Amino acid sequence: MPGASTQYEACRYTLQNEREVDTNPQMAASLRSRHTLLVRITHWIMTLSFLALLVTGLEIVVSHPRFYWGEVGNVNTPVLFKIPIPASRNLVPTGYGYVMPDQNGWSRYLHFQSAWLLVLVGLLYVGVGVFDGHFRKNVFPARADVSPSNLANSIVAHLKFTRPGAEEAWSYNVLQRLAYLAVIFVLFPLTIWTGLAMSPSFVSAFPWAVNILGGQQSARTLHFVLTLALVLFLLVHVLMVILAGFWNRVRAMVTGRASEPLERA
Amino acid sequence: MSNLTRRKLITTGLAAGAGVAGLAVAAKLALHYGLIPPDAGGVYGPGETLTYAAQRLLTKHSLAREFSPNMVSKDPFANEVAPLGDEFERLRRGGFADWRLKVDGLVARPASFSLAELKNFPQQSHVTMIQCEEGWSYIAEWSGVPLSHVLDLAGAAPQARYVVYRSIQPDWWESIDMADAVHPQTILAQGMNGGELPVGFGGPLRLRVMRQLGYKSVKYVTQITVTDNVRPFGKGLGSASPEAGYAWYAGI
Repeated sequence: MPGASTQYEACRYTLQNEREVDTNPQMAASLRSRHTLLVRITHWIMTLSFLALLVTGLEIVVSHPRFYWGEVGNVNTPVLFKIPIPASRNLVPTGYGYVMPDQNGWSRYLHFQSAWLLVLVGLLYVGVGVFDGHFRKNVFPARADVSPSNLANSIVAHLKFTRPGAEEAWSYNVLQRLAYLAVIFVLFPLTIWTGLAMSPSFVSAFPWAVNILGGQQSARTLHFVLTLALVLFLLVHVLMVILAGFWNRVRAMVTGRASEPLERA
Repeated sequence: MSNLTRRKLITTGLAAGAGVAGLAVAAKLALHYGLIPPDAGGVYGPGETLTYAAQRLLTKHSLAREFSPNMVSKDPFANEVAPLGDEFERLRRGGFADWRLKVDGLVARPASFSLAELKNFPQQSHVTMIQCEEGWSYIAEWSGVPLSHVLDLAGAAPQARYVVYRSIQPDWWESIDMADAVHPQTILAQGMNGGELPVGFGGPLRLRVMRQLGYKSVKYVTQITVTDNVRPFGKGLGSASPEAGYAWYAGI
């Protein structure tokens, strides 16, 4: 691996876990610590929970693929929009001549169980991340990095699909940081809120949770739109991982170690 | 193994031990305070228990949202039901004069009420939303006698924990805990939007549980059974819903 050590020294970024530098010199030359154990475990549990929520949420939507605004909505009221798919209930006018199998029972059970898992593990991730400086060091962008010119450069680099520089294997770039912040502190909290706002029992104790959204059907519609935003994030996230070197990035998120970027270059 | 990893191992071990002990204590407390739903067994048990326990702790006495009369849906939607059967048609032809609501189980005075008798009890009206688990909803004004009044008349025992209620349709039965059974908005509805409750919406008698999804508001109610244990009913999961794959608790 010629040049690897130079690259190592040139790297502006400190190791995330200097304590865990491998004692095996050969390994140290090729693999370095990237993600902490907690980040890796919570990442994959939340990935599984999110995929389960996505599939079961879609199953639930299939029983009534119509969306409304305001408090109420049913097949006798005008729609805000509808998804052109057949439904799993025969009283929903879809224009299709057949009815899909009803999957709502287990879908609802799994949806809420996955939501609990995601929320609890997410709280652990956020709580420890705030406590151990993960957000400060790795996720919040440096003030200089959020300047308009720097942001513009980063956006242009992304749109040109420029391969990330060596330092980006060890630190998130500014757009990545902003995207992660938006997902962790905006999209997921809003999705959880709009989900709870659909619960008749929850809103009996906290009526403001649904009232300020404009009604229960508004909450349902917003929950769906927020899900689309999360799916968009997922697709872009996976695309970026592929472009940046799929196996190296996935290995980093599984084993915690990534190889020096020069190896691929 | 370095000292650091040994320390880590010990800390992790202690944390895991504390976690297991904590869970055991939590399970014991949850059982004691009635926070475990009857369908808590199986792979979805943890999620169901968390949902039911959290909502019971947060919402035990909360009231379902009520709306102003101008919010009442002009075109409410009546979901389809299974064929109503010969007995129902016979009662319908008689104007439901022979419809009876049987009240039994852990009660001091088992009783059977006609619709006229139920109508003579103190009535309440609530403009509330009914939501289907499918996602649609409407708002209506529901009128009837509070279930708590009927339970008081029959003398429900202090150890009562659930009320099991049955439809004239043989496979439709549900149960609710006492928090919902004696809840001030839980009514045996005979009226909707100022008129008689139409058959499509559950007439002549529907138990409206305002803080849960529509499937807990059983249509064509003929029997109410007070119990301290739902295990002997059906497959022991609390109601027909879990037997069909749906959650017993439908507050979410």
